[in-house]
Amino acid sequence: MSEQQAYIDSPWLDPDAEPFIKVRGITKKFGAFTAVNNVDLDIYRGELFCLLGGSGCGKSTLLRMLAGFEQPTSGSFSIDGVEMANVPAYERPTNMMFQSYALFPHMTVEKNVGYGLKQSGVPKSEIEDRVNDILKLVELQDFKKRKPHQLSGGQSQRVALARALVKEPKVLLLDEPLGALDKRLREQTQFELMNIQEKVGITFIVVTHDQEEAMTLSTRIAVMDAGQFSQIGTPTEIYEFPESRFVADFIGSTNIFEGRVAEESGDHVTVDTEAGPVLIDHGMSVQNGARVFIALRPEKIQLTKEPPVAAGPNQAKGVVEDIGYLGDVSIYRVRLDNGTLVDVTAPNLVRPKNRTHKITWEEDVYLSWSASSPILLTK
Amino acid sequence: MTDTMRDSPVPEVDKALENPPLGARISRKIQSSWKSVVVFLPYSWLLIFFLLPFVIVAKISVAEALIASPPFSSLLEWTDEGILTIRVVIDNFLYIFQDDLYVTTYLNSIKISSISTLLCLLIGYPIAYGIVRSPPTTKNMLLFMIILPFWTSFLLRVYAWMGLLADQGTINNLLIDLGVIETPIRMLYSEFAVYVGIVYTYLPFMILPLYANMEKLDNTLNEAAADLGAKPTSIFFTVTLPLTMPGIVAGGLLVFIPATGEFVIPDLLGGGNVLMIGRLLYNEFHANHDWPVAAAVAIALLVLLVAPMMLYQHYQAKEAEAR
Amino acid sequence: MSKGRSPFLTWMLVLGMAFLYVPMILLVIYSFNKSKLVPVWGGWSVRWYVELFQSPEVWSAVMLSLKIGVVNATFATILGSLAGLAMVRFGRFKGRTLMSGMLAAPLVMPEVITGLSLLMLFITMQDLIGWPAERGFTTITIAHITFSLAYVAVIIQSRLVGMGETLEEAAQDLGAKPFRVLTDITLPRLAPGMMAGWLLSFTLSLDDLVIASFVTGPGSNTLPILIYSRIRLGLRPDINALATIIILVVAVGVAIAGIIMMRQQRQRDLELSRVSDG
Repeated sequence: MSEQQAYIDSPWLDPDAEPFIKVRGITKKFGAFTAVNNVDLDIYRGELFCLLGGSGCGKSTLLRMLAGFEQPTSGSFSIDGVEMANVPAYERPTNMMFQSYALFPHMTVEKNVGYGLKQSGVPKSEIEDRVNDILKLVELQDFKKRKPHQLSGGQSQRVALARALVKEPKVLLLDEPLGALDKRLREQTQFELMNIQEKVGITFIVVTHDQEEAMTLSTRIAVMDAGQFSQIGTPTEIYEFPESRFVADFIGSTNIFEGRVAEESGDHVTVDTEAGPVLIDHGMSVQNGARVFIALRPEKIQLTKEPPVAAGPNQAKGVVEDIGYLGDVSIYRVRLDNGTLVDVTAPNLVRPKNRTHKITWEEDVYLSWSASSPILLTK
Repeated sequence: MTDTMRDSPVPEVDKALENPPLGARISRKIQSSWKSVVVFLPYSWLLIFFLLPFVIVAKISVAEALIASPPFSSLLEWTDEGILTIRVVIDNFLYIFQDDLYVTTYLNSIKISSISTLLCLLIGYPIAYGIVRSPPTTKNMLLFMIILPFWTSFLLRVYAWMGLLADQGTINNLLIDLGVIETPIRMLYSEFAVYVGIVYTYLPFMILPLYANMEKLDNTLNEAAADLGAKPTSIFFTVTLPLTMPGIVAGGLLVFIPATGEFVIPDLLGGGNVLMIGRLLYNEFHANHDWPVAAAVAIALLVLLVAPMMLYQHYQAKEAEAR
Repeated sequence: MSKGRSPFLTWMLVLGMAFLYVPMILLVIYSFNKSKLVPVWGGWSVRWYVELFQSPEVWSAVMLSLKIGVVNATFATILGSLAGLAMVRFGRFKGRTLMSGMLAAPLVMPEVITGLSLLMLFITMQDLIGWPAERGFTTITIAHITFSLAYVAVIIQSRLVGMGETLEEAAQDLGAKPFRVLTDITLPRLAPGMMAGWLLSFTLSLDDLVIASFVTGPGSNTLPILIYSRIRLGLRPDINALATIIILVVAVGVAIAGIIMMRQQRQRDLELSRVSDG
């Protein structure tokens, strides 16, 4: 793949690309409480960008500032080169899909979807055509005359999406778009949402607290905590190369060991931790003796009943304390000899009945991992 | 009104225990008899003191006026041949519908209460909306201030306006002192004073149901409308107004119904110049002692108000269902 | 579009409150007017209060109104609570629709009609059974109970609906018979609603002019009837004084009720925090 090709898929790598949405030093205070604290953000055309974080982290406030429902205390942002500070909500090139859907209860599906077009003075016949087209896209053409209270949760969600899309905004803002759906429907709708975004080519900004949803949907994720971005990156970067304990812990599950740097050289680092010496096969800019953290994903640890062939780093011995059977995988909670608890997941490749090397409670086990798996974190 | 309640579980239990032992039967008798008492007491009270009086009024409205005590003829009479006959006289109704005074009064009542209702709505709507939009502590304080006048005397609130509107009253004195006018404007004992009085005393009846309705409105609907390009005025007419319609109807009826039958306000503030049906009825009864005509006027007023009353009941029932 | 008030709404609130309260304030100020002509200021004085307290007519009207108010409120609360209970908790019974109509109608019925029809009932009854022999305390009280009980029933019904039946079901599940459930669970929980109903009935009774003036007899003047007979002919400074006293009593009463409610709320908050701490 040429460099140019890579830039089309990942415009944030291109140093010459002009961001579509530029957020500069935005702060929002509610009284003494700072909801969003001096953040910068670039989002590129056509992205499906996720703001991910727990409740109260400021992600919804940021979204509401983009929509124009909240005014930033300081800072500025622009969409497609236009400064947004003095543009009221009803004139912004953004549309929002609300968490509660906010469908007008006194209007039919058709009237709800056509509302925005009517407000911008689009001729009646054109409204009808565009409403029909968009309802076809979300497969609701037979529900035109229904009122919102006659729709299921999934149907309401699609009406809300159609209503926000029909005006063809430059940016679509989605606040927990799948939050009100049950698990099965949510998984199915994730892919629908991605397909629709691909078809219409509109830039999506999604707010969610669900890390799985963020991983599936997005081109890039911004993990938010206490009003600031902890890390911005692609799903893979965020998962495989978290930059802080918060991100490592928030995305997926992880074992975190505290330790001190024993040896630091150009191509590897050794850290003494609660789980024994950990060898990392690439260099890091840390001082000898510095206090650091090692994050180790449970699925990256191997679990065996046989002792390793040779002594060395990246291995440990312990006793199985608990087993959680999840069907596809099992989680083993192993207590090391020094008392440290480590979670390990292992796929259930064969049915338990036929398993010859079945590991069970109170059994001695050996853990090992490759030198490329541990992540060294300084914060 | 219809009964939408399903059967209580009590009769089903009765069926299940077809032949219980004697002791249980007696104890169950006691259990069910206290329930009958609970229903019986208020029920019989309302039948005797609420429903029966209307039957009597209806009866008197079709009787003849007599100079006697009571001053009306009996509905049922034994004729000389010993046969029970019913005498229905519709003269009273013909009389009030042929007499200009009654027809004018009837129409004037509707006019005054309709305009007052509209004024209450125009003043009450922004006040209710302002309360909803206030921060929680201010909101409670404002609500309290709206309700407080309910607890003071209605009569004295009307009286307060007599002092303000009189020829020598506060407003005229003030305007003369300021040099705006030289001779007092006649405000008391006019239709204007009646409008002021009705709006003043019934404004809370408009504000409270409106507030209750607006309080339930979801602010995200306003945001959604703004997001879709609607300007504030457009949001008001396309979203807020239609969604507050139940509150407008409830508040409107709560003002219209009592205002139509109002007696104190036209009497004290309108004087002899303002004709309203409630005052006419009162005078017909107390001054003219024409009971059958008073009864007929009452029935006519009731007929006028039956539709709004049923509409109000209908809305209340729908609200209760939604809860 | 943040949730806030526009200047227009703030102005409407200010003007609305002024509209509601300025007349009352002026009423109070002019009660201290020395002049006999109410709106003409003649200096400060309490002479109208002195005159008021020396009038036996006023005293007897106040006593009659209070007597009617208390008896009315007590009976209306009992009957209204029973009616509310029957409407919400007894499911379907014979004549429920009629009962619900009879409970709803007094709330919207014009007073002139209620007054007229009750008077005609009393006269007819007197003709037929010789009771009530004379009109006054008894007839006014009966008339007031009739419309007050409907207001109490509304309060009780909404409280019962709001309370739900879970606690009653729990008591039954633990073996309490229906009557015990009523006395142990339902009535104690209804107590605040019944108190509110009592106060409302009392106030409605003290406030009523039209119905009372229909069903009263010679010599039985309630306070509103007395006030009305005096102000019909124009402004009277002694009525301003009376109004001031009534406003004062209401203000003190409302303040006490407010303090009690705030105390209870604080007590509840305290208990709640103790529970969650423990």
